[in-house]
Amino acid sequence: MFAHEFVRNAWLAGTFVALACGTIGWFVVARAQVFAGDALSHVAFVGAIAAAAAGVDERVGIFALTLALALAMGGLGRRARADDVTIGITFAWILGIGVLLLAVLATSAGGASGITTANALFGSIYSLSASAAVLAAAVALAATAFVVAVARPLLLSTLDAELATIRGIPVRGLGLAFLAALAVVSAESTQAVGALLLLGLIAAPGGAAASLTARPYRGVALSGAIAVGAMWGGLALSYAIASLPASTAVIGLAASAYAGAGIWSRLARRRPSDALLSAGARE
Amino acid sequence: MSATPTLSPNPIADLRQLFTFPFMVNALAAGTIVAVLAGIVGWYVVLRRQTFASHTLSVMAFPGATGAALAGLPAALGYYVACTVGAVAIGRFGGGTARRQGESAVIGTVQTVGLAAGFLFLSLNQAVLGGPETLLFGTFLGITRGQVIVLLLVAIGALITLTALARPLVFASVDREVARAGGVPVAALDALFLIVLGLAIAATSQLTGALLVFALLVAPAAAAQQLTLRPVAGLVLSVAFALLTIWLALAIAYFSIYPVGFYVTTIGFVIYLLARLAGAKRR
Repeated sequence: MFAHEFVRNAWLAGTFVALACGTIGWFVVARAQVFAGDALSHVAFVGAIAAAAAGVDERVGIFALTLALALAMGGLGRRARADDVTIGITFAWILGIGVLLLAVLATSAGGASGITTANALFGSIYSLSASAAVLAAAVALAATAFVVAVARPLLLSTLDAELATIRGIPVRGLGLAFLAALAVVSAESTQAVGALLLLGLIAAPGGAAASLTARPYRGVALSGAIAVGAMWGGLALSYAIASLPASTAVIGLAASAYAGAGIWSRLARRRPSDALLSAGARE
Repeated sequence: MSATPTLSPNPIADLRQLFTFPFMVNALAAGTIVAVLAGIVGWYVVLRRQTFASHTLSVMAFPGATGAALAGLPAALGYYVACTVGAVAIGRFGGGTARRQGESAVIGTVQTVGLAAGFLFLSLNQAVLGGPETLLFGTFLGITRGQVIVLLLVAIGALITLTALARPLVFASVDREVARAGGVPVAALDALFLIVLGLAIAATSQLTGALLVFALLVAPAAAAQQLTLRPVAGLVLSVAFALLTIWLALAIAYFSIYPVGFYVTTIGFVIYLLARLAGAKRR
């Protein structure tokens, strides 16, 4: 399997993108910002289309638009969180603009936009070039390193914002920086898993880890491991079964891990360590 | 089809032109039904803060339509089935309202699993569907008489259910704990509302596309709740905004070459912004 260059590129980019998604995903779930992550990943698609319409590299459009939205969402809400209605309406409108651009592109470029669209929406990890794969891996690694570096203050400001403020942690600035990191990860992963499927790689491992362990650092590591495992398994599966798209296989595995974790934690319900993160999640 | 219709200086003739073609009459009828339904259901969505759940349900239309195409069934049937399945899945595994950590991860995972399945169906069956754009972003062309009748039946059923549930549902949405203590079957109401929501979204997304349902479902209702907190006035206002949005969007889209999804989202966004400004001024 590794004899082909495109497979090696896919594994290189996929591994680090999954690691970044999993690590940051645990915090996304703990901070209840899954919807914000969803909005960012959808907007990445509009960025790709806008860049194609403007004739610049699609990564420029993706990064610019996701970062702008992350900062806007952080700036709107108290404690750097926007409420769900505002997020929903704003990103529906941005998607609407994406539709317009799509139509502009289709009428000007003579219908060549179909493939771009499908790739931006659902990803095409096997079409990454070697340099793109290295860049994706580097960006993903940087985002992971950032999250790990600020893990302690981020954790405290997630679990108890008042206490964090008293201890001199810049809660709002940290929230903004976290959203920006999420935006970078979303933008980078768009090419690999696609704008629409990215959320699965963020939410499912984070949710699975949170239902397996209440200890934060173990949870973050577990979440990263589940994401990487889903990515590897998905890549291998899609290589073995030609008609199975890589994105579908990866998401399928990540979701199965979440379902399995849910069943396992329900069986081991009595353990007191489950209390922290799943408190209130069920009645 | 003839060339793009042009606006004449005579507005009455333009209005009459809108009703000349049967496809346009069907689109206006479907739009009216959908706007009334989405305006009312959306008011509850905003009240219950289920924006993320409704976004996820709207995305379920995509695997519904592609799966139906793969199985050779009518697309509309796929929409209704997939949205109901998604509603049951969220209700079964997520449970409850509000933004709880576990729930948002569940919703996010359900969403991506649906999308991944849709992508799989699409790649197994590339030929039948022109591309994912129409499914995701909607079209008002080609709505048949039969579709309008089914829409009408679904809307009547959903609205009767909602009217019957209105009092306990508002009670349970505003203050869950007190409602539960007062003997309201909160969990059953949650599940039932999700299914009504699924049906409403399946109906709406046939016109607006899976990704843009928000413009009709959430924007008018959120605008209405900025202006008034009284239930009846809010519901009336929400329906009025939704009707205004869809009529204007259809009329503009008829005279333009760009897709209806762009106009729907933009008008919805502008209405919400104006309402927010007006609401802030009154406070």
